[in-house]
Amino acid sequence: MSKSRRTTAVAAIAGAAAFALLAAGCSSSATPGADDEVTELTLATFNDFGYTDEMLAEYTELTGIKIVHNKAATSGDARTNYFTKLGAGSGLADVEAVEIDWFAELLQYSDKLYDLSNDEVADRWVQWKTDAATDADGRLIAYGTDIGPQAICYRSDLFAEAGLPTDREEVAAMIDGDWDTYFAAGDEFVANSDAAWFDSSGAILQGILNQEEETLESTDGEIIATTNPVVEDAYNTVLDASPELSAQLSQWSDDWSAGFANGAFATMLCPSWMLGVIEGNAPEVEGWDVANVFPNGGGNWGGSYLTVPAQSEKAEAAKAFADWLTDPEQQLKAFVSTGNFPSQTSLYEAEELLTVTRPFFNEAPTGEIFSDRSAAIEVAPYKSVNYFPVMDALQNAITRVDVDKTQDADASWDQFVTDVEAIG
Amino acid sequence: MTTQSLAEDREIRRITLGHKLNRWDMKVSPYLYISPFFVLFILTGLFPLLYTAYVSVFDWHIIGGQGEFAGAGNFEWVLGQDKFWVALRNSFSIFLISAIPQVILALIIAAILDQNLRAKTFWRMGVLVPYVVAPVAVALIFSNMFGDQYGLVNNALGRIGIDPVGWHSQVVPSHFAIATMVNFRWTGYNALIFLAAMQAVPRDYYEAAMLDGANRIRQFFSITIPSLRPTLIFVIITSTIGGLQIFDEPRMYDTTGAGGASSQWLTITMYIYNLGFGPAGGGQFGRAAAAAWLLFLIIVVVGLINLAATRTIATSGSRSSK
Repeated sequence: MSKSRRTTAVAAIAGAAAFALLAAGCSSSATPGADDEVTELTLATFNDFGYTDEMLAEYTELTGIKIVHNKAATSGDARTNYFTKLGAGSGLADVEAVEIDWFAELLQYSDKLYDLSNDEVADRWVQWKTDAATDADGRLIAYGTDIGPQAICYRSDLFAEAGLPTDREEVAAMIDGDWDTYFAAGDEFVANSDAAWFDSSGAILQGILNQEEETLESTDGEIIATTNPVVEDAYNTVLDASPELSAQLSQWSDDWSAGFANGAFATMLCPSWMLGVIEGNAPEVEGWDVANVFPNGGGNWGGSYLTVPAQSEKAEAAKAFADWLTDPEQQLKAFVSTGNFPSQTSLYEAEELLTVTRPFFNEAPTGEIFSDRSAAIEVAPYKSVNYFPVMDALQNAITRVDVDKTQDADASWDQFVTDVEAIG
Repeated sequence: MTTQSLAEDREIRRITLGHKLNRWDMKVSPYLYISPFFVLFILTGLFPLLYTAYVSVFDWHIIGGQGEFAGAGNFEWVLGQDKFWVALRNSFSIFLISAIPQVILALIIAAILDQNLRAKTFWRMGVLVPYVVAPVAVALIFSNMFGDQYGLVNNALGRIGIDPVGWHSQVVPSHFAIATMVNFRWTGYNALIFLAAMQAVPRDYYEAAMLDGANRIRQFFSITIPSLRPTLIFVIITSTIGGLQIFDEPRMYDTTGAGGASSQWLTITMYIYNLGFGPAGGGQFGRAAAAAWLLFLIIVVVGLINLAATRTIATSGSRSSK
């Protein structure tokens, strides 16, 4: 008798706990807008957005709202956290940062994000940045922070040894043209040097594809990567150049990081945020410089947004805060402290931005260079739900040939086709 | 008279109450004492297990939540994926490459520590130091050492004229490198468990063996190993379960944590994680849950095989000792 009573008690406790867990998972989002007396807002970013404590203290001084800032170590951590809690319906910060790579995936759940449309800020960002943050119903669901206009970074010391020009104007003139011009300059370089021309074939592929409108997915949502001639051409171009010109490193690998200090390669595609990566990986190397040029015009790589999840109970206040953070004034400060290039057009003529130089890169006028590089961006590739997984599979295909050397180009392409079929 | 009878009455009643409490105490308390474990287990073990089974039969997205009923669809999908089988192969391969040398090495280290060494405690604690280091830190250091182009190991091999090994690009070398991390971390721990068991072996056996003229090696194989049988079984079972669930080391083996361009070191737990939370093709909770249940079943099967093997060893052991 007593035994059975005990089991029912345990069952009841377990049941109650299970129910509590479920209830916690489905708690409804409170009606936003009704925020009386907001005293505290939470902000979640990753890596380094350049939102310093002083900057946030300034906002507290202005409005009396205290800001709690959580930083995730990597964009991947931030993504996992964001998606899990967005699905659960609670637990996200009032203002959450999103990286462009997984933004498209998020866009399909735009009804879970607060509408940030506001006529006053409509023209704040470069057009393609705003377009990408507007959902199918025309709601603006994210405010742009930075973008990644690309230039070419190069080692002037290695250039000098190989008898190439070292001045950044002359280097720009030499590379100016299409991808073939860039590769031809590379042929000349490797003939007179032990180093490779570029760091990673995967990076070059990314650079080429970021200049096309429809690459991996068509605008009506089909995966076209395996049949799109643009993709196959880029794949073959890169792998043809790879044996001679590539340092055959996989981006972000330990070898790649070590390659900076070991002088493994002489140039690399250089979005504005890459400057910090180079400086961090090779602090002792002297000779890095930035040339105001990019093969085939311009291209963007990376960049982020701020969103306000609809589950926030202080959505209106959060919207105002995100507005303030992405205001040109704040983004300029972020650029000066981290090198994250702003997406706010009004800054591109601003004196404070144009005069920024970077000592490590031989005092290169990075503000001016990246302003020009941003103006050169003509297309933004269409990215939707499957862009990231398909790009990942394509990068793996390149790695198998270029880095691992476990498959030839044709076999690796065939496996890519199989991998993509599994995604669909 | 009456007062006396009242007092007697009270006395009796007091005894019966105490008696009752005592009996309750005897019957209920043991269960109460162990209940925290079971309550916790139900909350953190059983409930997720059953809930995972529930999720596995639905289309379930990380953000979209519960979708349509899929029946066995998720299981069929997972079983039809090449990656699943590759991951399974990798898990078993890494487990075998790590577990076998690990147990042998641990036995040898324990046997040495069991001798009369100076500064015993120092050596004993010393073998446990790698266990204290966080696995992520271990993985960071080792993955750097096993760099393909600029790693310490390939550098050293180059010095003695051996071609560099593709620690990240090739299947077997990558498993070997990951197994090295696992061994670095767990060998000392297992050695201490073996050492504890060795010290429980009655010293008379060794004295008798010495009188019979058996040398140290003979003593090790004829006395130490047979006496360690139950401990060996324990270590093998725990390292099997740990080995099949290996995650930290392979995930930290490169910066993306995706298991290599052709899934060279993708293990089954990484596969589940990537299906559920990974940046490329993640968010598929239904399929991830199905894969998790498949792993659970595999571990149960391996566990049963272990149990059968254990019983055989145990019975043959008792027979031989008779």
